[in-house]
Amino acid sequence: MIGSEIPALIPITYILFAILIPVIGLWKRKVTWHLALLGSGIATALSAYGLIYLLQTGETIRYFFGGWSPPIGIEFVYDGLAAFIVLVINAIAFLVLIHSKKISQNEFPGKLTGYFAVAMLMMLGFNGMVLTGDLFNLYVFLEISSLSSYALIAIGEKRAPYAAFRYLIIGTVGGSLYLLGVGFLYTVTGTLNIIDMSAMLPQVIGHSSVIAAIILMVIGIGVKAALFPLHGWLPDSYTYASSTSSAIIAPIGTKVAAYILFRVVLFLFGVELIDAALPVTTVIGIFAGIGILYGSIMAIAQSELKKMLAYSSVSQIGYIIMGLSLANPFGFIGAILHVLNHALMKALLFLVSGSMRLKEGHSLITKFDDSYRKKYPWTMAAFTTAAISMVGLPPLAGFFSKWYLALGTIENSSWLLLAVILISSLLNAVYFFRILEKVYLRNPEAEQASEIESPAVQKNEVGFSMMMPMGVMALGLLIVGIFNAYIVDIIVTMFPAGF
Amino acid sequence: MLDFFMGHYAYWFTLILLAIGLYGMLLKKNLVKKTIGLSIFQAAVILFFVSVAMKKGATVPVKAKGIPVSEVSNYLNALPHTLMLTAIVVGVATLGVALALIITIYNRYETLNEEELLDKIQ
Repeated sequence: MIGSEIPALIPITYILFAILIPVIGLWKRKVTWHLALLGSGIATALSAYGLIYLLQTGETIRYFFGGWSPPIGIEFVYDGLAAFIVLVINAIAFLVLIHSKKISQNEFPGKLTGYFAVAMLMMLGFNGMVLTGDLFNLYVFLEISSLSSYALIAIGEKRAPYAAFRYLIIGTVGGSLYLLGVGFLYTVTGTLNIIDMSAMLPQVIGHSSVIAAIILMVIGIGVKAALFPLHGWLPDSYTYASSTSSAIIAPIGTKVAAYILFRVVLFLFGVELIDAALPVTTVIGIFAGIGILYGSIMAIAQSELKKMLAYSSVSQIGYIIMGLSLANPFGFIGAILHVLNHALMKALLFLVSGSMRLKEGHSLITKFDDSYRKKYPWTMAAFTTAAISMVGLPPLAGFFSKWYLALGTIENSSWLLLAVILISSLLNAVYFFRILEKVYLRNPEAEQASEIESPAVQKNEVGFSMMMPMGVMALGLLIVGIFNAYIVDIIVTMFPAGF
Repeated sequence: MLDFFMGHYAYWFTLILLAIGLYGMLLKKNLVKKTIGLSIFQAAVILFFVSVAMKKGATVPVKAKGIPVSEVSNYLNALPHTLMLTAIVVGVATLGVALALIITIYNRYETLNEEELLDKIQ
């Protein structure tokens, strides 16, 4: 029915609600949350419908804006990979927005209208980045999403504006470098369309402009994806931003940037072509490996839950980019599966930290103790699910993406990267079980103290609107883990040419 | 050697501007100066695109008498310039967000010097 218009409808839904929310917010401030929920709900439904439609017809949808076909016009390309990523990011945004109701009233009352309008704009940018088939258009959507995320990060604790300013400086350099790279490619090929350009690149791959363009684009996108040496903006931004902002940006923002890296390396150039010009996959593989270990070690050193999760994000992005650098089918499956798994896990963990901040007023790991399991039994159960999945124990989802990545490293005989996966799983276990131990195991000293004082520990669980998304994500982790074979069947259809 | 430098002077100019912008962003302590560096960096990228589209002896892409359309070298490629209009708008938006953040930071900490700011944050 509306199958072929799907790629245009999803961004248009978001831009429509980005305009509607401030207009209606002037008249009635209380409905802004409902509107934001409605907007992302419609987008999620559309992208779910789109993915099913795509799987049934099996044809890539190319939507030409204004009826102008490329290379003159701009097109949106809705292939299997784009459809999958769009569904993941919209569904996560929808769940996080459900959770945001109480937090938004608590952390930034009076800014609700602007906040949700900007959140819609950010989702517009992310969806546009995933869907567009034009390199300059991609830059514009990148900047839309970046500018919105600076604003969303600036709403938060006292230090948030400074963290956002630093992110702005670094992020704009990244964006500008990407644009410069696109400029170099344009001077050589004379087109900006990804499909057109990929057809022309084999003839000009040895050209020095193309090599400069590869370096500039990989660095530019690497900044946005927080690839290891370029991750400096990430920990502060995620820590000091409002709980909802970090829960929405952490699982989505860096994933979309990693997806762009996939597009550029695997679909625009192709692994063989790009490696003939420069050893790109080797270099980003090394940096991803260092990033995995660095992120895990820094996460162990943190005493604040959100900061720990931020460093853990650096490490988990490393897995996705390592999957890309392996450049074989197993690595690709592992990376795409990890986009889904990590989006679920990280969103869930940030939601738990948000719930803790609402109920306890802090999320310091040092203050966690065994009263938490009585006060928040379900929240802690959700946290445990995500933590175990993060460590990578079957049958939870996190195990399977690491399994495919490990198979990929074995196929490439890159034993060092296999060791990195195993060591980082152990490091993950260190920093998550540290919290689980505090919450679930009996502490003799605290036990004695409680005999003297024995404070009445009452159940103080968060409300349904916050519990529901956390429960859905925790169940989602289990379901994705158990039925991962079906998802892998879908991912197998998305392989780029040459696999 | 001199020909190499003179022949590519637009690119050298871009490179110098990029370096000045990066220097401003990384080493200047004042947040406003950092923002100025950011603007210079973006302007360098924009000027790069504009200089790439430059063509000697060509005219604007409007069909005119006496200039045959079949001869493409008579006309400029307008696309990079058009793209840069969008990039300029993006740059202005970035500048606006940066200045808004600077105002918020100044209201909270009453300083724009990065070192003092870090002291006050700790």
